[in-house]
Amino acid sequence: MSKAVNILYAGFGGQGILFAGKFLAYKGLIEEKQVSWLPSYGPEMRGGTANCSVIISDAPIGSPIVSKPDVLVAMNLPSLEKYENEVVSGGKIFVDSTLIDKKVERDDVEVYYIPATQMAYDNNIKTLANMIITGKVLKEVEGFSMDNTEAAFKKVVSARHQDLLGVNSNAVQMGYDY
Amino acid sequence: MAVVFEKPKSLTDAVLHYCPGCTHGIIHRLVAEVMDELGIEGQTIGVASVGCSVMAYNYFTCDFVQAAHGRAPAVATGVKRSDPSKIVFTYQGDGDLAAIGTAETVHSAARRENITVIFVNNAIYGMTGGQMAPTTLPGQVTQTSPYGRDVNTVGYPVKVCELLSNVDGAAYLERVAVNNVKNIKNAKKAIKKAFQNQLEGKGFSLVEVISTCPTNWGMTPEKALQWVDEKMIPYYPLGVYKDIYAKEED
Amino acid sequence: MADKVLMKGNEAIAEAAIQAGCHHYFGYPITPQTEVAAYMSKRMPKIGGTFLQAESEVAAINMVIGVASTGKRVMTSSSSPGVSLKSEGISYLAGCDLPALVVNVQRGGPGLGGIQPSQSDYYQSTKGGGHGDYHNIVLAPASVQEMASLTVKGFDLADKYRMVAMILADGTMGQMMEPVSLDVSDVKTYDKPWALTGTECKREHNIVNSLYLQPEELEIKNFERYEKYKAIEENEVMYEEYLMDDAEVCVVAFGITSRVAKNAINEARAKGIKVGMIRPITLWPFPKKPLAAAADKCKAFICVEMNMGQMIDDVELAIRCKKPVYLCNRVGGMIPSPEEVLAKIEEVGGAE
Repeated sequence: MSKAVNILYAGFGGQGILFAGKFLAYKGLIEEKQVSWLPSYGPEMRGGTANCSVIISDAPIGSPIVSKPDVLVAMNLPSLEKYENEVVSGGKIFVDSTLIDKKVERDDVEVYYIPATQMAYDNNIKTLANMIITGKVLKEVEGFSMDNTEAAFKKVVSARHQDLLGVNSNAVQMGYDY
Repeated sequence: MAVVFEKPKSLTDAVLHYCPGCTHGIIHRLVAEVMDELGIEGQTIGVASVGCSVMAYNYFTCDFVQAAHGRAPAVATGVKRSDPSKIVFTYQGDGDLAAIGTAETVHSAARRENITVIFVNNAIYGMTGGQMAPTTLPGQVTQTSPYGRDVNTVGYPVKVCELLSNVDGAAYLERVAVNNVKNIKNAKKAIKKAFQNQLEGKGFSLVEVISTCPTNWGMTPEKALQWVDEKMIPYYPLGVYKDIYAKEED
Repeated sequence: MADKVLMKGNEAIAEAAIQAGCHHYFGYPITPQTEVAAYMSKRMPKIGGTFLQAESEVAAINMVIGVASTGKRVMTSSSSPGVSLKSEGISYLAGCDLPALVVNVQRGGPGLGGIQPSQSDYYQSTKGGGHGDYHNIVLAPASVQEMASLTVKGFDLADKYRMVAMILADGTMGQMMEPVSLDVSDVKTYDKPWALTGTECKREHNIVNSLYLQPEELEIKNFERYEKYKAIEENEVMYEEYLMDDAEVCVVAFGITSRVAKNAINEARAKGIKVGMIRPITLWPFPKKPLAAAADKCKAFICVEMNMGQMIDDVELAIRCKKPVYLCNRVGGMIPSPEEVLAKIEEVGGAE
């Protein structure tokens, strides 16, 4: 990866949008990249819209705000509609196709449709659609890989939930293999 | 020649600026005597407030910080939390403690902050020239209640000891007066207890001292002392309002 | 060097403060700075320090005054409406010559405003905020690392000059995570013979006070304080220059907008526009000299701010209005985009 990758995660509050972004940021930190993570914050604690900007770069990062993403992860319809046209030409869009019927209309971006929420439901890991779709991101985005996944989870999962490391890793693998 | 009476060690030589007949001087002396008797002058940090007693820092020999109007209990909280081994007291008037500083008063009591509060209630804003205070009596004439305090438009006086007695955190609350020898003796006992409580870690202790303001009440000092008996004490009855340790001491 | 960890800006401030020897924190919940209080509430009991959630912003700043008067390091944090409430106490800290750290993670205003990031408390912070003639040292971090390092610096400057140091951040800086190294090894300590520690009956009593009823005395106090401020303006100015060597257009921005501006400057450079940036790190003292020097070689200035144009006044004063100064701004919680800044650079840079 020679340049910055600007990633925008967007969906509902409660979908683990911020967590998935943190995972990528920690993974970048472990790989000695420059990283930044910036959440949206609103008055609601649950529900509402949530998004987060993650930048992983070889060079020092300027603005931490991702307004023109290279990678958009859309986990609900309003997010896809809001950000679809902001993605740079040649960028990638990851769509949770369980929750979003609509197809991306642009033809200058690569689009990946993953039924992440359905897969999570089928595998009894209902809260981990975020990590399934992140697995697909690791597969398709240049410079990303499954390396250091475990180590990154160790950092981002709180001490009292370390028993959840395994299911998170499985979810990422599931998305990677999809 | 034997010395039979002298100034407490805890008072400086500064000449008090209080008006003739004002009882702040008596209350200062009582606090200083208590500091002398408990031997705490060197560990005590006082917090002065805004009002007539704003310059209390000039009169006591202990370290002192002067607080913004009403904020003395918050400043005292900071001082005490910084070094709990120090003895920390505030010296506040009624406008300061019961109007602009109500929140700080109630919440330092609620936290059972281990401080001593000397609350001087003379039913008027003295330093600014005699305006209506939160403790001004119904019907009492002041510069800003020229027709007498009308409770229908400005509401009722705040009875601090009664109010705080409902606050779980308050450890010791007593109302005293300094208008005669007997009351002065009781006042000193209460002040001493309020400091002793702090030494023993017992928490928030407040002594409300019914005081006079001959100048702004428009009375002679003697008449003012009588007015305390006739008007103030009936509205603000003296006594212990709360002492959470009283039972175990019996 | 200590390992880098990912931290939110608000958390970096809290941990750096503890590392700098601040064991007393008083606050009140307000978005978007609440993580500072949350972090302190976890850490302080473990190190024998004080975390106290006060009944109000007003009480919190007065508790700060209490600790400061005893000579120990102490801080409070809030966001814009809360800092307005603290302004009385900040004026008293100035009047009593007490050191303390105050953190403002700004949100949009006036009034209750919004909770999204803003820089609209620039005037309030740099010109005093409360009543009376005084200044705070105002530090404007532009990264999570600086949130930490300027917190440490802030405590040092506060003690050195016996005054309030303020961290002026914004919601973005508070909420974002970046790698940060918390290697705080050189914490200086200062003698504080003025502190209230109890006389032990061995010295005259110390008095911490801002009341001077004799105007002659109060005038002298103010003159003395401004002598101190003069020394600070001489010795403590901090700023960053970015691509200024050959710059014809000088962007001036602090905090989060300086990060946005950097993106725009890089793109403008790629298009051949000679543009650079002076980023004030201390907003007071303001970097007047480098700006005045830039005015001799640049043809124009652009202030990028998240307010209606507040720092622009200081820029115009610093350069004595020698060159035009343009404003590129968003307000109310909106952040200018690199595209907006680039458009302004192109407009100004192309205008011969």
